[in-house]
Amino acid sequence: MMNVQDIRKQFPILHQEVNGNPLVYLDSAATSQKPAQVIDAVERYYKEINSNVHRGVHTLGTHATDAYEGAREKVREFIHASSTEEVIFTRGTTTALNMVASSYGRANLSEGDEVVITPMEHHSNIIPWQQVVKATGATLKYIPLQPDGTIALEDVEKTVTENTKIVSVMQVSNVLGTINPIKEMAAIAHRNGAIMVVDGAQSTPHMNIDVQDLDCDFFAFSGHKMCGPTGIGVLYGKRQLLEKMDPFEFGGEMIDYVGLYDSTWKDLPWKFEGGTPIIAGAVGLGAAIDFLNEIGMDNIQQHESHLAKYAIEQLSTIEGVTIYGPEKRAGVVTFNSDEVHPHDVATVLDTEGIAVRAGHHCAQPLMKWLEVSATARASFYLYNTEEDVDTFVAGLRKAKEFFGNVF
Amino acid sequence: MSFNNLDQLYRQVIMDHYKNPRNKGELEGNDLKINMNNPTCGDTIQLQLKVDDGKISDAKFIGEGCSISLASASMMTQSVKGLEVDQAMKLSGIFSDMMQGKEYDEEEFDLGDIEALQGVSKFPARIKCATLSWKAMEKGFKEQGEA
Repeated sequence: MMNVQDIRKQFPILHQEVNGNPLVYLDSAATSQKPAQVIDAVERYYKEINSNVHRGVHTLGTHATDAYEGAREKVREFIHASSTEEVIFTRGTTTALNMVASSYGRANLSEGDEVVITPMEHHSNIIPWQQVVKATGATLKYIPLQPDGTIALEDVEKTVTENTKIVSVMQVSNVLGTINPIKEMAAIAHRNGAIMVVDGAQSTPHMNIDVQDLDCDFFAFSGHKMCGPTGIGVLYGKRQLLEKMDPFEFGGEMIDYVGLYDSTWKDLPWKFEGGTPIIAGAVGLGAAIDFLNEIGMDNIQQHESHLAKYAIEQLSTIEGVTIYGPEKRAGVVTFNSDEVHPHDVATVLDTEGIAVRAGHHCAQPLMKWLEVSATARASFYLYNTEEDVDTFVAGLRKAKEFFGNVF
Repeated sequence: MSFNNLDQLYRQVIMDHYKNPRNKGELEGNDLKINMNNPTCGDTIQLQLKVDDGKISDAKFIGEGCSISLASASMMTQSVKGLEVDQAMKLSGIFSDMMQGKEYDEEEFDLGDIEALQGVSKFPARIKCATLSWKAMEKGFKEQGEA
């Protein structure tokens, strides 16, 4: 069991008032808060060892390189990759998915080929594929969703064909909280000769990830949603695929030899890390992984799924509230109130110090599928409590009361 | 909760425009049709304008959005009707000043209901909601000017 009160003490930002009320932060699916040990690790990096990596022979350069490559090893262990050669640091999930679409997609897609995704994807797992099919003449196909916002494997079987070259799906929905059957989907993709790409932005912060067990070919996630800094993310890729891919960016860190008219690249993973890398970000991500490991990913997942269940129970007691998504879900609760527009809900809650997200959550096709223009979303992390849920539900009642009065 | 701050944002007249929007619907024989989205939140509006001899003779809108964006569109269509195009653009500038909490010219136009939106300036995240329909009008006239 984890002690949430002890955990909360480690997050300086949580101990403040917003609009005269104690902050209740329910927007961790957008970005998580950072514990002191992550903030300290980044500060210590800049105060004590800041230097460029993999170049120069001076001592600080060695320390910085050790810290950067040490973080890569932490990531490898965290997602159970077989080698650090398969762990590429990127700016975030969006960049990682764009790297796959650009470097792998453009080289391996042609007319008649298919890319298969789902309508629940984040824009970052839609637009790169829209662009690559336009450039290559391939086709973009969608696996239909079940009415409760889940994916049925028979629909995956029907949609993925021998023409499919890439299947790309989010592991956890940032709107519905759906946990998708990635391992089974990867098996279907492979049986049809396609590769499996996973958007792990909403899963990696909240559950155990084993890329070898999932048998996915690429897996992308962001540091800032898992207690790490912004500006750092990871692309995991199977070595045999990465080796055949061209670099995504050219220059700086990624070179082996540069001539006047031709150049060669470094080995994996550095071939994909052009420019001075995101060193402080990687160090911060490493510290975040240490922090999460101390608490245990299973404990975190259990805690959040309990909070989601509790929030749904409480919200269900309010008349006119619609909750979207399946019963079994991650710590995300997206809802609408029939009288109050989600922006107005979010503004009223904000005056109470409660931070929720309102809008389309970077998932406009999913909003269309839900037949709404916007929704409000409360998302939970390891530092949230049942009291947070109670405050939020009371705030929502007040919003309804307020709008009920003016109507 | 003290509703004071909220009361300033959601004034009675705003709620009235939200609940009973003026000029909502299609405008037959429109001269200008402008679509505008607020990409951060999903609000959409289509403004339809009829212009005769440089004067806005009619204005209507359709769209989806929050109380502030829909109320503002309702008020905006009401207040630009009958204005010369350059006057309407000037009024849009005054409204923009009001939203940013700047000093604004209260004399030149009868601001009427629009002034109720003043409270929005204290909610920075909502300013874009209030200005959506005005930005649509500006876009329409600017593009027309360029054409």
